[in-house]
Amino acid sequence: MKRLIVAAVTLGALAGLDLLLPRFLNPYFMRILMLCGISIVLAVSLNLINGFTGQFSIGHAGFMAIGAYSSAMFSMHIGVGWVSALEALGAPQGLAQAAALVVALLLGGLAAAVAGYFVGLPSLRLRGDYLAIVTLGFGEIIRVIITNVDAVGAARGLPGIPQWANFFWVAAAVIAVVGVSLRIANSSHGRALFAIRDDEVAAEALGVDTTRYKVLAFVIGSFFAGIAGGLFAHYNAYLHPNSFTFLKSIEIIAMVVLGGLGSISGSILAAVFLTVLPEALRSAQELRMVIYSLMIIVLMITRPGGLMGSREIDVRRWFGRRARPA
Amino acid sequence: MTEFLQQLVNGITWGSVYALIALGYTMVYGILRLINFAHGDVYMLGAFFGYFTARFIGAANNPNPMKAIIVLLSAMIACGLVGIVIERFAYKPVRRSSRLSALITAIGVSLLLENGGILLFGADPKFFPQIIRAREFNLIHGVTISNQQLIILAVSLILMFALRFIVLHTRTGKAMQAVSYNPTAAALMGISVDRIITFTFMLGSMLAAAAGVLVALQNPKIEPLMGIMPGLKAFVAAVLGGIGNIPGAVVGGLVMGIAEVLVVGYISPTYRDAIAFVLLIVILLVRPAGILGRNVAEKV
Repeated sequence: MKRLIVAAVTLGALAGLDLLLPRFLNPYFMRILMLCGISIVLAVSLNLINGFTGQFSIGHAGFMAIGAYSSAMFSMHIGVGWVSALEALGAPQGLAQAAALVVALLLGGLAAAVAGYFVGLPSLRLRGDYLAIVTLGFGEIIRVIITNVDAVGAARGLPGIPQWANFFWVAAAVIAVVGVSLRIANSSHGRALFAIRDDEVAAEALGVDTTRYKVLAFVIGSFFAGIAGGLFAHYNAYLHPNSFTFLKSIEIIAMVVLGGLGSISGSILAAVFLTVLPEALRSAQELRMVIYSLMIIVLMITRPGGLMGSREIDVRRWFGRRARPA
Repeated sequence: MTEFLQQLVNGITWGSVYALIALGYTMVYGILRLINFAHGDVYMLGAFFGYFTARFIGAANNPNPMKAIIVLLSAMIACGLVGIVIERFAYKPVRRSSRLSALITAIGVSLLLENGGILLFGADPKFFPQIIRAREFNLIHGVTISNQQLIILAVSLILMFALRFIVLHTRTGKAMQAVSYNPTAAALMGISVDRIITFTFMLGSMLAAAAGVLVALQNPKIEPLMGIMPGLKAFVAAVLGGIGNIPGAVVGGLVMGIAEVLVVGYISPTYRDAIAFVLLIVILLVRPAGILGRNVAEKV
């Protein structure tokens, strides 16, 4: 009962913020806020694979691309029809769009999860750097395929995606991915993932089904990456294969490692930091990417474990309630 | 058949460039277990250093082999110094941290070189001066090879044999092998591991610089982001041949170059960037240690 109230209050607050924020923030800040949210979903989902399970994936942009393109294709060809049908039945426009968006996002997530399953499979045979290279290759292959398939716009990009994603949906996705990750971290499944990260052989000896858990981490992580991609598509209204290059994957990894491997709050902080930083440096123009890269190097040298290490910020402690022992 | 042979000639030329870059990846990986993502950007710097030297000594006005050699050597020396600086100031401080943070540092260095390049050289492409007049030779009925391709092949071969000599027959080279086999034991035997690592970075960066100048001879358009794709592919070539294995890098580079040229010639140029990674995934699934690599059993 209490949970239902919390959920209802949160959703209500989000819906309220969704209406209020555009009035107080100018569109530029609004855009940064949205991109921060999408970055958080990406970083936390990659943290599930890299931080929790210790599998080294550097192709996250590939999963994002799959989610983005499949959800965009759905919305453009089927979703739009659904919305007009629902509206004809008398549903309010916002609700109709929301329904179509949810289906599109879930489809994008599922498509990415299927891809994650197939990329996760070789992780049974490959370890460390080799797995990293396979995921890198996967990301690049996805991009090359998108660049060559005419139905999704090829190298011209894919314009005309309905712009359905608003603050509410991005925030809801952030809450979902953070909630799921926290739940996993505090469950026996999470312990299994941590055990694989710390010592795979020992984990297997203790009866952890390493195969299953590694693939599971990949599937869940890529599912959320797909959702982030879908949000990006429906927010930006335009997709281009160059948004999903190796550099994008690198950016997401930088967030996870800067925040601290395995720390969800670290990932969130770093995702916000690394999304805002290039914008904050915009006045420095050409220098900004130089400063950005220098900061990554300096941070890695001074804090090799990331900003947060593997610790978490516990919000509950700030409200005077004692946190549950982890 | 003629067309196939022609493709083969082009593929081997292109592959020897990949091999030169891949050698740097493989040596650094062999010693530090670090994927040096900045290596492709050192290759870009090599092309730019070559460009500036060529302009400075006016190599294009009156091309002669002496000037071309000066251009090549100065680019190699400059990049060797860059390699030492990168190693000393970026990689050495993170050597004791986790491999992932070392990797992120490497990515940071790569971004720094690319964006620093855009800042210093400008984002628009520059045109490498023609320091050697192009000429075509006829091999056997219809198969041609340009003198630039011949130079690329000859210089790569000379550098590979020089590297082979250094690694197998000099004290420093033997120390490199020792460090790559076991750094702790090598240190106990009185080898200065730090110096060997610096030396390895210098060697690798010099080879990348040579590759940069050689490529610029044939494709004169150079720009600060030109190193990303060749860098990634050369890395794939190193894995293909068995990473950490020096002959493997050469084999991997050649396989990669030939495969790429064949895809461009017979399938579609747009799939050029995908073939590298498809090859990689196939090799890793069939033979994870690479073509020439040995499988290392995991010890518990």
